[in-house]
Amino acid sequence: MTDISLSQTADLTVRAQTARRAGAGDTRFRLTSMAAAILVLLIFAGVIASLILGSMPAFKAFGFGFITTEAWSPARDRFGALGPIYGTLVTSAIAMLIALPVGIGIAIFLTELCPRMFRRPVGIAIELLAGIPSIIYGIWGLFVFAPWFQGAVQEPVMNAVADVPVLGTLFGGAPYGIGIFTAGLILSIMILPFIAAVTRDVLETVPSVLKEAAYGVGATQWEVIRKVALPFARTGVVGGAMLALGRALGETMAVTFVIGNAHRIAPSLFAPGTSISAAIANEFTEATTEVYTSALIELGLLLFVITFIVLAAAQLMLRSMEKGQGK
Amino acid sequence: MVVNRALYFRRRLANSAFIVLSFSAALFGLAWLGFILWALLSNGVAALGPHLFTETTPPPGSQGGLSNAIFGSVVMSLGAVVIGTPIGIFAGTYLAEYARYGKLAFVVRFVNDILLSAPSIVLGLFVYELVVVPMGHFSAIAGIVVLAVIVIPVVVRTTENMLLLVPDSLREAASSLGAPRNFVIKLVTWKAARAGIITGALLAIARISGETAPILFTALNNNFMSTDLTKPMASLPAVIFQYAISPYEDWHDLAWAGALLVTITVLTLSIIARILGNQKRT
Repeated sequence: MTDISLSQTADLTVRAQTARRAGAGDTRFRLTSMAAAILVLLIFAGVIASLILGSMPAFKAFGFGFITTEAWSPARDRFGALGPIYGTLVTSAIAMLIALPVGIGIAIFLTELCPRMFRRPVGIAIELLAGIPSIIYGIWGLFVFAPWFQGAVQEPVMNAVADVPVLGTLFGGAPYGIGIFTAGLILSIMILPFIAAVTRDVLETVPSVLKEAAYGVGATQWEVIRKVALPFARTGVVGGAMLALGRALGETMAVTFVIGNAHRIAPSLFAPGTSISAAIANEFTEATTEVYTSALIELGLLLFVITFIVLAAAQLMLRSMEKGQGK
Repeated sequence: MVVNRALYFRRRLANSAFIVLSFSAALFGLAWLGFILWALLSNGVAALGPHLFTETTPPPGSQGGLSNAIFGSVVMSLGAVVIGTPIGIFAGTYLAEYARYGKLAFVVRFVNDILLSAPSIVLGLFVYELVVVPMGHFSAIAGIVVLAVIVIPVVVRTTENMLLLVPDSLREAASSLGAPRNFVIKLVTWKAARAGIITGALLAIARISGETAPILFTALNNNFMSTDLTKPMASLPAVIFQYAISPYEDWHDLAWAGALLVTITVLTLSIIARILGNQKRT
């Protein structure tokens, strides 16, 4: 079999040209896509570089004492990050304490208990909760949740524990409605869907043979889940929880609305406070001096470092989980 | 045969307790969704009306709408998607088609996933230093840039995932016909993954249409209609924020109306994205 066109030089040249053009297009296309990938790296490097550069004036002025100082006084140009750091960590801790068990409960419900018919609608509803923007949680928290919480929960709890030694301090003060605890609660509602979705996904990867074997020897549902499914999915669940923690640490608008924006650290969880992100959101456009702006950018740098560590750990755990499945 | 009734009873009790707890966990989650949607509807619907789309944001105490904020949100979101989506698609293509197991791809994937979940307020600070400081003032361009920075990681992730679902046999078949690599990608794998890639773009729009914090230090806000991209521009989230923390009752109503509009947009986009995403799989 011979290709007739090959015997004609004119056709050959055309073919060679086409091939060359296609080859050039190939290189161009590969380089374009590579440039786009490198741009992602550049954005990341740019974020770090701009935060470090921006925070230099504040770092020069306060050094490492910035992290351990509570005072925050724009009038005297003295800034310390301890209040916001405390608020960020405590609100996130409250959020995780509530969202972790509830989220895992929802995931177990969706994978093991829910009638097949309702599985998708309930799953979708929970995921929609994740899609609602943070500012909606904020406005809802400020106008609806905080007033309700103030009357229905804070007052009774405060009255009940007023004379108990430790609890009295932890839940003392005046019932403002807004404050650290309210912010933690709203955060927990926001991260709940993430934990539930990731946990559901990893629970679905548990081989049914394992569960059937456990049922076969007479285990109850609870025992199958606690002793077979959850241990199998452990890495994924922890990774998902870290991912959710990363979100909680950096969450801004919902917290800004309800945390109360007070830079001092109060012993009571019901008292107003602030978080890193809330302080930046509230004060950045009002910052008048260079050191003030720079202190807020340094807060941003601290936030980025904290979330980077948490998110990196989450990535590594979820990756190792995926690899385990590939085996 | 000895039957340990106490043990059986304990195990059954633990099991029932667990079932009740996980049912209530699901109810708890759904209850919040209901609670939030109900509050949005009951407060937002009352303030809805055609004036929202025709009048600009009012000074306190007078009638007005949200037209400048809606316009600003649409312009900035579109700008961000137009800039961010192609970059994201190309970067995702690089990860899935060219460097699947390479070192560079590993690093880009890791960094991209970090950017995907990084606090958007920090990205706002970055764009403030990058665009606002050199320009000397806040501008809609800065808003577009920061939203594009948020769009890119979302699109990269979904594009890569969707391209990886395309079977290699399709690529091999196209290559064996003599198609150059970029033809294989453009005509075969992008086509096969089209629904998924569009889903990614929709999810990205859903994500940025509610972004508030980074907008505050880039596009700022504007109480008047502005079409100048080099000037500050209003946006729905920024107006919601400004109005909600104000002491004026009529501003609160507008904030609720804005919140309802944003939520409807976001939920509609996520539902469309979900439907498209499901079509892909079957």
